[in-house]
Amino acid sequence: MPTIGNAQLKLLEKLCNACAVSGDEGEVRRIILEELKGQPGDTRVDALGNVLVTRPGSGKKRLKVMLSAHMDEVGFMLVADDGEGLFRFETVGGMDIRQLPGKAVVIGKDHLPGVIGARPIHLTTAEERKQIIPLDALRIDIGPGGGMSKPGDRATFATRFQRNGQVLLAKALDNRLGVVTLLELFKNAPANIDLLGAFTVQEENGLRGAKVAAYTFDPDLAIVVDATPANDLPTWDGEENTSFNTKLGHGPAIYIADGDTLSDPRLVRYLIETAQSEAIPYQIRQPGGGGTDAGSIHKARGGVPSVSVSVPHRHSHTAASIARLDDWKNTLSLLHAALVHLTPDLLASERK
Amino acid sequence: MTDITPFLKELLTAPGLSGYEDPAAEIISAKWTPLVHEISRGKVGSLHGLRRGSGTSPRPSVLVAAHMDAIGLMVTGITNSFLRLTAVGGVDPRVLPGTLVTLYATGAGRSQPIPGVVCQPHIRLLPPEIGLNPVPLEYLFMDTGLPPHKVVDLVRVGDLVSFAQPPMELSGETIAGHTLDNRASVAALTICLEELQSRPHVWDVWAVATAQEEVGIIGAIGSTFELHPTIAIAVDVTFAKSPGASDWQTSPLGKGPTLCMGPNIHPAMFKAMKDLADRLEIPYSLEYAPRHTGTDGHATQVIAEGVPTVVMGIPLRYMHTPVEVVALKDIQRAGRLMAEFIAGLAPDFVEKITWDD
Repeated sequence: MPTIGNAQLKLLEKLCNACAVSGDEGEVRRIILEELKGQPGDTRVDALGNVLVTRPGSGKKRLKVMLSAHMDEVGFMLVADDGEGLFRFETVGGMDIRQLPGKAVVIGKDHLPGVIGARPIHLTTAEERKQIIPLDALRIDIGPGGGMSKPGDRATFATRFQRNGQVLLAKALDNRLGVVTLLELFKNAPANIDLLGAFTVQEENGLRGAKVAAYTFDPDLAIVVDATPANDLPTWDGEENTSFNTKLGHGPAIYIADGDTLSDPRLVRYLIETAQSEAIPYQIRQPGGGGTDAGSIHKARGGVPSVSVSVPHRHSHTAASIARLDDWKNTLSLLHAALVHLTPDLLASERK
Repeated sequence: MTDITPFLKELLTAPGLSGYEDPAAEIISAKWTPLVHEISRGKVGSLHGLRRGSGTSPRPSVLVAAHMDAIGLMVTGITNSFLRLTAVGGVDPRVLPGTLVTLYATGAGRSQPIPGVVCQPHIRLLPPEIGLNPVPLEYLFMDTGLPPHKVVDLVRVGDLVSFAQPPMELSGETIAGHTLDNRASVAALTICLEELQSRPHVWDVWAVATAQEEVGIIGAIGSTFELHPTIAIAVDVTFAKSPGASDWQTSPLGKGPTLCMGPNIHPAMFKAMKDLADRLEIPYSLEYAPRHTGTDGHATQVIAEGVPTVVMGIPLRYMHTPVEVVALKDIQRAGRLMAEFIAGLAPDFVEKITWDD
């Protein structure tokens, strides 16, 4: 049985602290390839930078099951050098620019430090403080000595992983939680399936890595492992929060519908039944917008029955997101149990 | 000159919010104890270090004030597991979403640090008119990630929340972090005390790390009254040129401390300091404060019968954000200039700084 212990937490820490903005996933890719060393099965890096791993099972009538977890994170690209260590930058992936002023960043694979400052409050007017600070007024400041950074470099928040008991606090929990989960599932792959694992690039930039990975794998079905927002905060007027998406502490979030994908109902039902029979807590992610790599995968080739399962986490795509250890453990348990009992009969069942 | 960076970094990790300066005061006191002859706390929490001069008693004295208190946040309420916040000192709520913070929870008796983040609720959970505008502090929360029952056990209204961004060394011998306002000046004053170990000085020196500057320049009032100095130097950070701040109120980063001119400052004392900097070839910038300097000097000047005061600034970028930036050289130069000034004080200095020459 795969578990989340100290080794997995250490790996999550290393991955969360890595800088791997969409299109520049090298640092995470290297960690994954290192983890896969000595594992049976085939490992390769494809034309876009996806890490594709395959481990055939041994039984008869095996399903080809694609598991996908994206490696990339939201972040920044330096786009112009203003001199004296100041750089203009653009965002990569879905970010709220109200989250940027006053944050520390690291740039490139060497994690060169920088900051995104803001005009001192003393020099602002009350009227000015009602306006957002637009992106074109912000700079990444690496210090007046300048240095090795240059336009084209990627940057991410400098937040270092912290754990406080059950609480995991880090940047890029979306989707380093999924990456470690997929690694554990691969290392503990059951023999009843052919496991096709894709650590994908550019999910945050239009689900582009998963598109070609799904073509290459040509799977019978796909399960995407991701992290999804828990907007379970109070409402401003004290009314019930009816659009929380998911709730922290309520277990893995199973997708029925998001902005890109209607999950295959047979897979949804199967995951729910597995959770119930294994007594694993789970929640249904509220149907709505957003999306995962499933948005690309389910349209690959002749179509791929797909579903997503995510670890809930708060404050996604910001400098510091928060997840709970038990939600992560239960996500891994649910997915492993689902794989162990998977047979081709599932795809012969009715879509209802 | 010893490297002040390790001391400064240690000081930056201490909370020491206004009114609750003990964690900072303890670190400063440990550093200053070997550098002064007496050390004590004032009635509202300022730290007073006395370095006696070599002149005959009664000696004149110079008070050097650098405030040690930090801006931050305070818990005003608990909703589910989320903490509502107010500001201690001047905080622009636009820098808060996504900011790493440490809660000092007192529910279990002693103060217990708990990591967390200031979070901005999803747009659908906020008043519709906010939309994509900045979210006012009243709608932001601190999230510790802990479940509601634990939060209720651990947290009390009034608990303090400090910024938690660890200090980072940036290029050009600069350092970034929170509360460099005004721990950078405490570091400069510490350098001054270190320099004075090997420099004879006639005057008594009161090194004062003041309390509650950020909430109305409170500590400097009582300390100046109690210590009754002959003259005072206030050292505080000032606005460095930076993106979004480049007008006359700003000074270049890394080009030396500022010497401030204006009604808060005794002009002859200012001139003495400026002439000394010129003579020693210590670079500096001139800063103009036509009204209030916004420093401890505003208080020291009008205590008791009045105290001739100068204000020295250390240029700092992004003031009152968690990522303030200062140049280490400016800290060193400020410390050295203060030490040289103090060492050069003649017994009759104060008689010589006359008005209307």
